[in-house]
Amino acid sequence: MHNEHNEHLKNRNVSELDVNYYMVDIKDYPTDSWGKFKRVVQRSFRGELFVGLWVVLREMIRFDIHTVKYPEEKMPIGPRYRAVHEMKRLWESDTERCIGCGLCEKICISNCIRIDTKIDENSRKEVSEYSINLGRCIFCGYCAEVCPELAITHGGEYENASDQREHFIMYQDMLTPLDTMKAGAQREFEGFGAITPHEDERVKKTPLAY
Amino acid sequence: METAYLIETVIKIVVILLIFSALAGIGTYFERKILAFMQRRLGPMNVGPFGLLQVAADGIKLFTKEDIIPTNVVANVFKIAPVITAATAFMAAAAIPFLPSFTLFGYEVHPIVADINIGILYILGIMGVGLYGPLLGGMASANKFSLLSAARGAAVFISYEVVTGLSILAPIMMVGSLSLIDFNNYQSGGITSWLVWSQPVAFVLFWIAAFAETGRTPFHLIANDHEIIDGFGTEYSGMRWGLFFIGEYANMFFISFVIPLLFLGGYGDGSFLGAIGLLAKVAFFFFFFLWTRAAWPDIRPDQLMWLCWKVLMPIAVLNILITAIVMM
Ligand code: SF4
Ligand code: SF4
Repeated sequence: MHNEHNEHLKNRNVSELDVNYYMVDIKDYPTDSWGKFKRVVQRSFRGELFVGLWVVLREMIRFDIHTVKYPEEKMPIGPRYRAVHEMKRLWESDTERCIGCGLCEKICISNCIRIDTKIDENSRKEVSEYSINLGRCIFCGYCAEVCPELAITHGGEYENASDQREHFIMYQDMLTPLDTMKAGAQREFEGFGAITPHEDERVKKTPLAY
Repeated sequence: METAYLIETVIKIVVILLIFSALAGIGTYFERKILAFMQRRLGPMNVGPFGLLQVAADGIKLFTKEDIIPTNVVANVFKIAPVITAATAFMAAAAIPFLPSFTLFGYEVHPIVADINIGILYILGIMGVGLYGPLLGGMASANKFSLLSAARGAAVFISYEVVTGLSILAPIMMVGSLSLIDFNNYQSGGITSWLVWSQPVAFVLFWIAAFAETGRTPFHLIANDHEIIDGFGTEYSGMRWGLFFIGEYANMFFISFVIPLLFLGGYGDGSFLGAIGLLAKVAFFFFFFLWTRAAWPDIRPDQLMWLCWKVLMPIAVLNILITAIVMM
């Protein structure tokens, strides 16, 4: 079956495989004036113009409007959509997932992430500064993919118009707010860099001894 | 008597100017709405209820925009060209009877500025002069798209002037007058007396030519957006461009008046019902201009010329000949 399918795709001679293909019957263009005249008469009296008029009038009467009134109505976007980044928190402790490893800064191909860390009072590494220049970001998703902690992910917020090219988003703005976290409303990102569903069943336990 | 006549005429002129300037604006609203509905869109929705105030918003925008005269244009000609378009469009309206005469406060009003006995000739002539708007505007601008548009404009207008003139020659022979009021009275005996039944060919020819005269869609070559940007209007901004626009839409309305007056009985016997009938016919013809824009593609300039000189003009001449033979 699989091979057959491949065969079908590789064979460029579609007319043999698919009986639904047919050659369009194109007549030669008339060269003499009489032929041209006949063509004009045919085209004029076949009523094609009126077919066109009818089609648009029919649509107007049906009034089947497809407009989305954008600021009031929005199209649903996919859960995997790669818009402005979010920083997630741990479900268990509500603390920030980001460990300040700096991998996202390293991998970013448009060099738009800037991260600075310090050692906090508990001798833990802590993110002190973190910003993304959304004016440069190409929303490739590499940062989300490389992040070992599933900390930085993409979100669904795509309305980030700005009056200047440099348009930064800060760590605090990306971070899931604590009350959202308390309400258990943090949404995991399903797209680029996320763990695949049913991952638990597939991961083997690390053996304690060989 | 003389003063009364003068005052009356001035009032009429002002009223017509105001009504049709406003109508030109509202016409753009209808055009957007109808095109949108035909293409399953909503059209303007946000300014005012159902977007009705969009016209006002556009007007404010046009009036307050900076009036730019580009460096390399021939400034004087460039400045005067839009005025020609708008002015000629309104001048043509002088000989059009918009409604049957009615009595207002015991004073009989004829809703026509000047009932001259060569009305049709005058209207055609003035509309022909309207050609100078696009022509001069395009030639005075310093870019090739405007120039192309000017050349096309000249070719199209002059060619279709021939078709318009020849096509209404046959009805004129039957009516024996050039006044639109005489045309109307000739057809005032109900639907059966309409000229469209005796002159169907002339009617269709005139209608086709009307599309070329107003530059509407199947013949929208003078300012064809996808080929020559906005044609002669490319370098215009603000209210100068707005004047071209008002001229174009006013022209559409006036042609929509002229076609029913010539061929479809006009306002009939002059009753109230007849007046409503005329307005309904005008609405239909205006709607048709928008309708074709949604439905039909544009044709090439050479096809347009071909259609004019090799198809429409011979048919028009034949039509005159046959009418003449039948009348003898
Ligand atoms: S999405 Fe790509 S470009 Fe944007 S911050 Fe992440 S790695 Fe950089
Ligand atoms: S967001 Fe992820 S990759 Fe970036 S520094 Fe934090 S943990 Fe590392």
